[in-house]
Parts: sequence; C-alpha cells; structure tokens
Amino acid sequence: MDFLRATTWAEALRMKADRPDATPVQGGTDVMVEINLDKGRPKALLDLTPVAELTEWSVESGNIRIGAGVTYTRIIAELADRLPGLAQASRTVGSPQIRNRGTVAGNLGAASPAGDSHPPLLASGAIVEAESVDGTRMIPVGDFYTGVKRHALASHELIRAIHVPVKRGPQYFSKIGTRNAMVIAVCSFGIALNAEDRTVGTGIGSAAPTPRRAVEAEAFLAGNWPAGDLDPAVAKRFGELVAAAAAPIDDVRGSSGYRVHALAVMARRTLGWAWQELRNGGRS
Amino acid sequence: MTTLTVNGTEYPLDLADPRVTLLDALRDRLDLTGTKKGCDQGACGACTVLCDGRRILACLTLAAQCDGREITTIEGLESHPLQDAFVRHDAFQCGYCTSGQIMSAVALLGENRAGTDADIREYMSGNLCRCGAYSNIVAAVREVARHA
Ligand SMILES: Cc1cc2nc3c(=O)[nH]c(=O)nc-3n(C[C@H](O)[C@H](O)[C@H](O)COP(=O)(O)OP(=O)(O)OC[C@H]3O[C@@H](n4cnc5c(N)ncnc54)[C@H](O)[C@@H]3O)c2cc1C
Ligand code: FES
Ligand code: FES
Repeated sequence: MDFLRATTWAEALRMKADRPDATPVQGGTDVMVEINLDKGRPKALLDLTPVAELTEWSVESGNIRIGAGVTYTRIIAELADRLPGLAQASRTVGSPQIRNRGTVAGNLGAASPAGDSHPPLLASGAIVEAESVDGTRMIPVGDFYTGVKRHALASHELIRAIHVPVKRGPQYFSKIGTRNAMVIAVCSFGIALNAEDRTVGTGIGSAAPTPRRAVEAEAFLAGNWPAGDLDPAVAKRFGELVAAAAAPIDDVRGSSGYRVHALAVMARRTLGWAWQELRNGGRS
Repeated sequence: MTTLTVNGTEYPLDLADPRVTLLDALRDRLDLTGTKKGCDQGACGACTVLCDGRRILACLTLAAQCDGREITTIEGLESHPLQDAFVRHDAFQCGYCTSGQIMSAVALLGENRAGTDADIREYMSGNLCRCGAYSNIVAAVREVARHA
C-alpha cells in the first residue's frame, strides 16, 4: 500500500489525479476504523492533514467557507454564533478526542446516512466545493448524497470546502442515541427558521438511504410562519410531514416504526424551541 | 523514513507498511507501553495521547501522519498533579484505562472545561472505565482543577 503525503492543495489534487484509487485521509476517524478492522484494503492512502490551506475558514459572500481540514472542535469554538445548527450537531459527534480530529468534509466523504453534520447542512442549504485538476464544482449538499455511503464526487475529485450560508433565525439539532456520548444516531433532525425571507429548512438523518430534507414540511411551516403561540395542531402536522418524508429501515440501532415515531417527536420539539426563540427575538 | 517525536525524543521509524498506527508504533516499536489498546476503533479512549498539545486517539492516527508533530504520552508526564490525585482518590481498579484517562484529563485542564462536575463528565466522556471508577476519576480531576 502506498502512502501519499500532500503538503499543498495543488499537490493533493495532482496526487488524486495520478492515483484516483487513493483513499483520502483527513481526521481518519472513519478511515482508520476500517483499516484497523481490515475492511477492504485501499490501494493507497492520501494524507491531507499537512495541507495548511484546508485548516482555514473564511467569510465569502454571506457564506462561511469551511476548509476540509477544519475540525468539529474548531467549528464549536469559532463558528457557533454564525452557524448554530452545525455547531450543535458538532457537539454531539463522538468524544472530545474524535472532535479534535474529525471534520465535516470527512463526514461528507463517508456519506453515512447517520452522519450528524448532514441535517444542519441540509437545513441551511450548504454547498460542497469539490475540486480536481480539471476545475471546481459547486454541489448543493442535497445532490451530494447519492446512496447509502455514496456521494457525487468523481474519483479524481476532493472536497476543498463546505459553504454554509449564514442566516438570521433559530436553528436546532436533535439526535436520538442510546447514550449521551460516542453514539451513532438512531435518527436525527435539524431545523432552521430563516427570519429574513421567512423560509424553513429541514434535514433528516439516519431515516432513509441518504440524509434528506422534508420538503413538504418546510412548505407547510413557511405557510404558517410563527406568530403568537405555537398552535399544537401546526406542531403536530409539521411532525407528521417530517415523519412522512422519511423512509427508514429496521436495523440494530432501531426499528423503522420507532424511527418514524421519534422523528415526529423531534420535529415537534425542535420546532417548539425554534418558535420560542423567534418570539423572544434571540436564543431561547 | 518517518521521524516520531515522542516526549521530546526523536525516533526514526521505517514504516514499510503505512497502515501502522501511532498506537502500534508506540507500543511495539518504541516499547512505550504506557499507552493502552482497548478497542482499536476509537471508542474507549485508552490510547489517548497529546499531539501538539491536543488530545487524540493513537489508534485512529497513522504513525506516518505524525512526522513533524510533538507526541506526549503518559511516560512523558513528570509527576503531574493528576497522577498523584488519581492515586489518592483511588481513581482506578485494574488501571487499564488510567493512562488514557490521565492524558485526557491533562488536556481537559488545558481546555479550561473542568468548571463543574457535569463539565468534567461531559468532557471526559471519550474515556471509558470498565471498572466503573468514574466518581473517583471525577473527584481526582475536580481536585486538580480547583487547585490549578
Ligand atoms: C468512536 C467514534 C464515534 C463517532 N461518532 C460519530 C458521531 O457521533 N456522529 C458522526 O456523524 N460521526 C461519528 N463518527 C464518525 C466520524 O468521526 C465522522 O464521520 C467524521 O466526520 C469523519 O471525519 P474525518 O475527518 O475523521 O474523516 P476521515 O476518516 O479522514 O474520512 C472519512 C471519509 O471521507 C473521505 N474524505 C476525507 N477527506 C476528504 C476530502 N477532503 N475530499 C474527499 N473525500 C474525503 C475519506 O476518504 C473517507 O472515505 C464516529 C467515529 C468514531 C470512531
Ligand atoms: S484503543 Fe483507541 S480508542 Fe480504544
Ligand atoms: S480502572 Fe479498570 S478500566 Fe478503568
């Protein structure tokens, strides 16, 4: 097995073009588990950790451009005010040690339906910046997931960054697991109420072959934009529409029936928090 | 050739197979067996070490990725107050998780996150103790955090 160590982004792109069979390694918190368990041996590993450009984030036309090497720990510490949904989800990933290495780019590369960054990325309309020696493609995150653990990257492409729009308004993330730490989601849900244009974003995790939005639920809530007290009938309908958007399976972590039920509950609860925050004009 | 810098000492390493983890390199090549292997998949924290001062899992890190980084293991602590506090609070039974617990706690103190017991529990949640010494571990960390 070959070990390729890129020191600059340009070099990483050249190496990936020469060796499309190389598995990129960022934090390694997914890749290394597979290697240690000897699940399939990659022909080559492409270490991206020395690439300094990837560890930076910047503000670009209303978006935060998060480099592929920015860890969860840094998103929590540096971006929680501007990207509250993503920061909340990041806090639930693994453990402090995992968050010191793990990245959103790695979460996207693994494309597990259970990845915690996916619901907030979907809810806020994030865009994946994919790059190769041939150029750059901007892929809306909803088009990025193509199947269970499959994504839209070509074999010579790498993720350069994730662009997450900064939006005014409450964002919440909720996750069900068997305990409070180091746990893969049984199912998860993210919501964003965009106060500026009165639109709603949602993201469902671990309850379909890919992470997905609940499009009808978004439209329903935008048509019933928060004013006054939250009508329990609106909350209930929102929960039902979120649950209806899911297509879960039975697996070791939970049954399909449980996931559908839990999604409706999480959708109602996160809506309650978000509604309250909107009424209070700030964090609830 | 990879050079590992562990506890201030440089070790040249010939990694014919790049899959060698930092954990296996420490234990099997450098004979630094203080760092333990509990699960080899990131789930127990027994292999916690510091890399450039931040806590990471040696089992999920390739040795080859550590070229040019400063690694600190339990052997590199010079009678840290946490080690003494763990002994006085009886913060272990079999001791297998202890070096990982202590390395994690050393980082935790540096992160200034040991304000309350709930914080200590939350930010030590990546370190499991099969013997269930948790309340004594929290007591040891609390004491050192208070006197820091
Ligand atoms: C104990 C434990 C607990 C965990 N808990 C959680 C959890 O609670 N929630 C959660 O969502 N995940 C969890 N994970 C999984 C993992 O930590 C996350 O998916 C993390 O985001 C992966 O990021 P990474 O940088 O470590 O990725 P890596 O392991 O480096 O890479 C993951 C995948 O992405 C590819 N990749 C990496 N960088 C790029 C790039 N720049 N371009 C293209 N492809 C790339 C890799 O080839 C690989 O296929 C856990 C893992 C462990 C071991
Ligand atoms: S051995 Fe590394 S986390 Fe368990
Ligand atoms: S003391 Fe035995 S595992 Fe913690």
